[in-house]
Amino acid sequence: MSGVTAEELMAITASRLLADHKVVFAGVGMPLLASAVARRTRAPHLTIVLEGGIIGASLLPGKLPISTNEMRAAYGAQMLTDITDIFLYAQRGYFDYGFLGAAQVDMYGNINTSVIGSVERPRVRLPGSGGANDIISLCNEVLIVTQHEPRRFVPRVDFITSPGYLSGGDSRARAGLVCGKIGAVVTDLALLDFEPVSRRMRLRGLQAGVTVGQVRAQTGFDLLVGEEIEELRPPSAEELAIYRELRDGSATADTEGPVVAEPADAGDRVPAGPA
Amino acid sequence: MEQVAVLAARAEREAAGRLAVDKRMTAEVATALIRDGDHVAIGGTLYSRTPMALVFALLRQRRRHLTVSRPLACYEIELFLSTGALDRVVTSWVGIGLPWGLAPIFRHYVERGEASYDEWSHLAMGLRYKAGAMGVPFLPSLTMLGSDLARTLDLQTVTCPYTGQQLAAVPALNPDVALIHAHRADMFGNVQVDGYRHMDADVAKAARKVIVSAERIVSPEEIAAQPAQTMLPHFAVDAVVAAPHGAYPHECYGLYGPDLEHFDAYVSAAKENGPAAGLRYVEENVDAHADFAGFVAAAGPDRLAALAAEARELMPR
Repeated sequence: MSGVTAEELMAITASRLLADHKVVFAGVGMPLLASAVARRTRAPHLTIVLEGGIIGASLLPGKLPISTNEMRAAYGAQMLTDITDIFLYAQRGYFDYGFLGAAQVDMYGNINTSVIGSVERPRVRLPGSGGANDIISLCNEVLIVTQHEPRRFVPRVDFITSPGYLSGGDSRARAGLVCGKIGAVVTDLALLDFEPVSRRMRLRGLQAGVTVGQVRAQTGFDLLVGEEIEELRPPSAEELAIYRELRDGSATADTEGPVVAEPADAGDRVPAGPA
Repeated sequence: MEQVAVLAARAEREAAGRLAVDKRMTAEVATALIRDGDHVAIGGTLYSRTPMALVFALLRQRRRHLTVSRPLACYEIELFLSTGALDRVVTSWVGIGLPWGLAPIFRHYVERGEASYDEWSHLAMGLRYKAGAMGVPFLPSLTMLGSDLARTLDLQTVTCPYTGQQLAAVPALNPDVALIHAHRADMFGNVQVDGYRHMDADVAKAARKVIVSAERIVSPEEIAAQPAQTMLPHFAVDAVVAAPHGAYPHECYGLYGPDLEHFDAYVSAAKENGPAAGLRYVEENVDAHADFAGFVAAAGPDRLAALAAEARELMPR
């Protein structure tokens, strides 16, 4: 679809995975924008939680928080508490979805946002986990959203900041991570999930006009391909209009929906933890 | 791994006494409690309610070999690094905020091995302070299991004696000193905060010494008029510092937004000149003023008024 950015495509695709009457733990940037679009479309009773102690975020279009710990993120909230309390709600099982970006993700859904190179002498020291490790360890289902590039989709991450299915099979549960699952990976090319036995990443859907070969070429490991591949609907005009209004603002303030846009990663910009 | 010394921290608190006396002092006198090599926990998180007046007073003193911990760390870390004050940062995330990318001065020191970064998960930081605040040596949790964070930090697990479940044993942290910025405090150290509280209550209760700066010093009667807003009682606070705009250029809930233009200028200098820019920032914004009020005044009344208006617009009506 012409005129749609990779970021818009990913956020809108991800928004369709969020069901109504659920609770989503979102970071700023694309996850929050995707959650906001969901609330404005098919999930009006979706509750957005931010790790800065904010429950029921209801943000101002065009006034996007760039941190989960700031007044723009707290606008219109139902509850303000402390940070540890928020994560303990996740550990208790209240949060249906967790939403993460990734500098690197591997075939088992492990995420690295800590170091490129070795941890002792990193080539690039990234910001770190923030709440990402907690989100993937504690939320009921985790959605990963990232651009589809070989440098991101690596066979093995340099460092497991946030554990997906570790080395596959039942290794996640054996490590003591008895809760939660990695539900989906949403990219600008595809929708992926994890094969239930091996826990390897599997192609499930293609963005409009994308081929299996293109996805494989942008994936740095051998990707499983599901038996039935769905073609994902392109963003509708309505979804795009809602997304852009949330990101850019409108003439009238509207408290119905949340917000936030993170520009597509470039250069040394790295998807931060949900800071 | 930090030495866990929760019983020693408790013994100090038992012995310290609970004098309900006037604890007001200047930021310079209060931060003189901090010694070379201390572990300083900085309250607030990222660019929200950072105790900047206290941070600036500490920067001015050019301490050495400090360890600093925070829930999420912002560019104050880079200022401590650039002035040679910091050996180690203990946190879950170091950056300035999404639009500014990676923190260049932090990268400079950590990638060269000249400073170390103990990276915990965000909840683990919260549980470390909470365990310290509770007076127990660790708290069990499902966080960090199976990750390289746990491997790097040699995080231990514990088996539940009732169910056999395997859990991370997140060790207590009892910082030497906590720096907290609050909306209001009375002279005895009863402290009130509006809005989200970050991890501040646990950070303070975990620490061996607690320095609180406040936007306003108020009467005990004003504290008692809204007791549910009190975050810390006087007996958990050792020093009280009057600091209007004491989190500037970071935000203070309901009072002023973050000064993002100030961040822009800092980050572009840091990207261009690295640690030299951090040192220059401290010389121009800390050393050049007699006190923190001088730094705030330099921002100018128009800037401060705009940040206050921005905060008002975002408050519940």
